[in-house]
Amino acid sequence: MNVVVCVKQIPDPAAPAALDAQSHTLVREGKLILDDSDAYGVEMGLQLAAEDGEVTLVSMAPNGEVSGLRTGLAMGAAKAILVSDGALKGSDALSTAKVLAKAIERAQPDLVIAATESTDGYTGTTPVQIAELLGMPSVTFAKKISVANGSVRVERQTEAGYDEVECPLPCVVTVTAGVVEPRYPSFKGIMAAKSKPVDQLTVADLGLDASSVGWAGAGQEITGVAAAEERGAGELVVDEGDAHERIVAFLEQLKLV
Amino acid sequence: MSIDKVWVLAEAADGNPVSTTLELLTKARSMAGTVEAVTWGGDAAAIAGTLGDHGATTVYDVGDLGGKLPGPVVAGAVAELIRSGNRPDVMLVPTTYDGRDIAGRLSARLDLPVLTNVVDLQVEGGEVRSQHAAFGGTQIVTARFTGDGPGIFVVRAKSFAAEASGGAAPQVQSISAPDLGATGAATIVERHVEERSGPKLDEADVVVSGGRGLGDAEHYAMVEELAKLLNGAAGASRAIVDAGWVPYSHQVGQTGKTVKPTVYIACGISGATQHLVGMKGSNNIVAINKDQEAPIFSVADLGVVGDVHKVLPKLIEALKARG
Repeated sequence: MNVVVCVKQIPDPAAPAALDAQSHTLVREGKLILDDSDAYGVEMGLQLAAEDGEVTLVSMAPNGEVSGLRTGLAMGAAKAILVSDGALKGSDALSTAKVLAKAIERAQPDLVIAATESTDGYTGTTPVQIAELLGMPSVTFAKKISVANGSVRVERQTEAGYDEVECPLPCVVTVTAGVVEPRYPSFKGIMAAKSKPVDQLTVADLGLDASSVGWAGAGQEITGVAAAEERGAGELVVDEGDAHERIVAFLEQLKLV
Repeated sequence: MSIDKVWVLAEAADGNPVSTTLELLTKARSMAGTVEAVTWGGDAAAIAGTLGDHGATTVYDVGDLGGKLPGPVVAGAVAELIRSGNRPDVMLVPTTYDGRDIAGRLSARLDLPVLTNVVDLQVEGGEVRSQHAAFGGTQIVTARFTGDGPGIFVVRAKSFAAEASGGAAPQVQSISAPDLGATGAATIVERHVEERSGPKLDEADVVVSGGRGLGDAEHYAMVEELAKLLNGAAGASRAIVDAGWVPYSHQVGQTGKTVKPTVYIACGISGATQHLVGMKGSNNIVAINKDQEAPIFSVADLGVVGDVHKVLPKLIEALKARG
């Protein structure tokens, strides 16, 4: 089974994030890393494709960045498709889905896996938009996946517990953290990743009109950014063995005990 | 241009509208003269009265889905209704598992953009502006759609307060999806309901959350016990959900749930921006962490610099002793 895993390269969440003063979009310059949320999808894909298939990573970036993709390749993905084009700058969720859907079609996967949402943009709609554009069914919020007889069986997180969902292949599945334990790339994997193919494509290569992506295709804009109301710190006490009494008194005051 | 008609995606569970549905109907009343709801799942008759009481004059009902996942079916039915000429200016969707699926499908089907993680909405000069929390809630970003609508907004829970309007029972109109082909093929074969003794995480008056500082998965039991004693719900930081200690449904934060309880008790949570954005709207915040420099203390009304393994057992004992 061939699996496409959609991955996103994002600025290191440990580094302070910023908005571009002019365009009000996230500054995505400098080194990008593989979104932590995507490591679960890559691992899941590797396990499902282990017997008779391979994993292809699909990603897009305005600046040709590949360092995050190398992490996924080092984990064991066979190759990557990176759509890289200056025209992609400013793309919203739907235009991102249009680009990724075109790239995914090239790999002709049996299964497409994505994270439930990215860590930086967290719109959480792109995978479902991809499914609709590809004419595929989708199952979101998977906490467990297995494949048998041409269909996928998913335990889908719900408010009350989980649903067991059956869905024929090909389809799109989004995974939550914890679906599997991602492996750490081995030294051998890291070395091998350096020579694995990364197919770099432009918007035109995909047969898409540049006006349907990026700023031109976004259909939405940010009109302002303002500081949120500050929430001040209150009292700070150091526990000397009696701090629990302070908490009880605090709850009493709120009439909660 | 003006905003005349708003549709609210009315999600229901166990024969009741979920709380965000009523919050969105309340907000919709202040945005437009006509407020209508779209629902599915066989609860329409049971919830119509409550939807009417919160301002909906018509309820479009997709009906029982026969076990199909709602995303493509509900989006298909709504798109069909819009194509037939019945078109709202704005569609408000709750940030729920199914709400996001429906919004995503609808967006791609109608080739319309979607704005998600909305925390506030304003109508200015006949146009809707949405607000979004960014960078751990330290910045508020305002956005708008540049093209023709309908504008699809996916709104986070607790962004608005629900208030009844005393409206009459709405008319219920059946709608249905066209043939969905392969896209509608995902089917629920079995539902598993996990036992939950207390209130729902995003509706609870008290939320007790645990983080990495608990040390290991077993110690999460202290968080659950404290939550139970306070008749509250147990939450978690992303770090321990990623580590597999607790399921995603407990996650509070940017990726996860927004909570605004009367009191939020953070146990062993450092307070990454990712977490703060989901809980800093709480009325009161108590934090226990052994690192005095932890960012969680910058938003805590009562901060305790201490070891959760010492403070929590004593707190639990003290509350038990009171009965």
